[in-house]
Amino acid sequence: MTTIKQNTLALNGDEAVALAVKQSDVDVVAAYPITPQTIIVEKFSEYIADGEVETEFVCTESEHSALSACLTASATGARTFTASASAGLALMHEILYVTSGCRAPIVMAIANRALSAPINIHCDHSDSMAERDSGWIQIYVENSQEAYDSIIQAFRIAEHPDVLLPVMVCLDAFFLSHTLENVKTLPNEAVQEFIGDRQIPLVLGHEGEKVPFKLDPKNPITIGPLALYDYYFEHKRQQEEAMREALRIIRQVHNEFAETSGRKYGNGLIETYHLEDAEIATVCVGSTAGTIKTVVDQLREQGVKAGILRLRTLRPLPFSDIKKALEGVKALAVMDRSNSFGGHGGPVFHEIRHVLYGTHSTPFVVNYIFGLGGRDMPQNAILGIYRDLQAILKTERVVEDVRFAGVRE
Amino acid sequence: MSLFQEIRWHGRGGQGAWTASELLAKAAILEGKHVQSFPEFGPERMGAPLAAYTRISNKPINLHCSIYHPNLAVVLDPTLLKTVSVATGLTEDGILVINSEESPMKLKRKLCVKSQKVWTVPATDIAIQILNVPITNTAMLGAATRAASLVRLESIERVVRERFRSELAERNIAVIEKAYKEARESGAEG
Repeated sequence: MTTIKQNTLALNGDEAVALAVKQSDVDVVAAYPITPQTIIVEKFSEYIADGEVETEFVCTESEHSALSACLTASATGARTFTASASAGLALMHEILYVTSGCRAPIVMAIANRALSAPINIHCDHSDSMAERDSGWIQIYVENSQEAYDSIIQAFRIAEHPDVLLPVMVCLDAFFLSHTLENVKTLPNEAVQEFIGDRQIPLVLGHEGEKVPFKLDPKNPITIGPLALYDYYFEHKRQQEEAMREALRIIRQVHNEFAETSGRKYGNGLIETYHLEDAEIATVCVGSTAGTIKTVVDQLREQGVKAGILRLRTLRPLPFSDIKKALEGVKALAVMDRSNSFGGHGGPVFHEIRHVLYGTHSTPFVVNYIFGLGGRDMPQNAILGIYRDLQAILKTERVVEDVRFAGVRE
Repeated sequence: MSLFQEIRWHGRGGQGAWTASELLAKAAILEGKHVQSFPEFGPERMGAPLAAYTRISNKPINLHCSIYHPNLAVVLDPTLLKTVSVATGLTEDGILVINSEESPMKLKRKLCVKSQKVWTVPATDIAIQILNVPITNTAMLGAATRAASLVRLESIERVVRERFRSELAERNIAVIEKAYKEARESGAEG
């Protein structure tokens, strides 16, 4: 366990992210403001104005440009960060794919916010779920502390030569971005020692010689050129391989961080709570998992065998960890804070049912779409879901497998 | 001893309800507590009724949902009593602290509050006297500290000194101390 002295600060999720970025010795930040990510970049601008960091800050005219600026900075070997949400992330869509395809290890914080229309500034996961297949690693955090810790881990994961992929750290709008909580922070030196300098792997240059994988006039290489049916597919196959490697590296970095900080989030990929002997359980991503844990505590006091599985990474999907963790669960509710219109359930539901296919004793599985546009998910609504699961167990029957929690019908 | 307190702040945009909720949370952190402070999430509009919330516990707080049954509700602006139902969901042994020149007994009857205690303090007067502006968040923080003893007064004063410039901090501390002294209680009887 750690002996490093840590400071307990009162920070909201956005401020926690900004502080982690400051301590991570970032070379370039390019961003365009959007609620509720705004505080991250505002706070970081203050660090720059006060001379606390030497980061190059680029104020761009759109999110599309912000990510383009990050991509080119990253291609020169710079450690790079940006933040966005909702429509801003949607505007980045094209460049998200370019970033992962160019293997640029950018870290981006997403303050998960609903997409228009109607215009809404509040929390749901539609924005990042829509970018699930963009080749970015996606980490969803439960509280401000985890937001701080995950940003620090994200640079190590992204820049690891076996991974070289961009990472999104997703925090729930307002429930985290604007909620002040206790956050334990490491000293600057401890963070810098943990992350270290960006490692640049060697690749084959134009003459077949080994050169660092970065744009450098001394060792000219090309990044992101044309590849048609001759080589495009191989690039995409390598991205898949990097995602598989990421499963191992995310765990490894998480465990090393636990040694430094004393803080763990399950195995880094999934976190289970009272799941070992659970008969009924939920699967959830994001801050609602915390409220669910409180409800699980109440149910356990009543002798109900309830549990929860929280997915920390959605990409890469920790397929075998999820499968193993859900063994023995008899009825399962998958919680989705976004919807796939016409898709018979939300994205997390699709992933989880996909994992469960072909298992020995597949549980009854239901999907709850909840909290769209920031609608609150109070404890009694979650309790209602566990009661539904108890009823399913009793009747051994699922009447409706895709349900909507807390909506006027 | 198990401690879990939920506090709701009623104010209007620009009166500093969220700041009050943050100052209380930060004071509780100084005393080793776990906290949350969050606004009622929405576009901020000057003068519009809004709420802010604080949670204080001696254990880590996992909840990430709104507060429906506060132990303490604090009203920064007396005009809200006409438009906002400030006692909604208040726990049976809860406390209501109101910026008002009226007697706490009278307000208790007016609001049809039964088991809960009502405190009042002339926060607008105190703020105008000392700060020259009718911003009542720090006055109400002082009155709430007296009414509910959630944190020590010196912890509040420490975070106020961290938050504001020196001269403004000292004036706000004077406001807090005056409101702390002048807050009046309805008593448990009804």
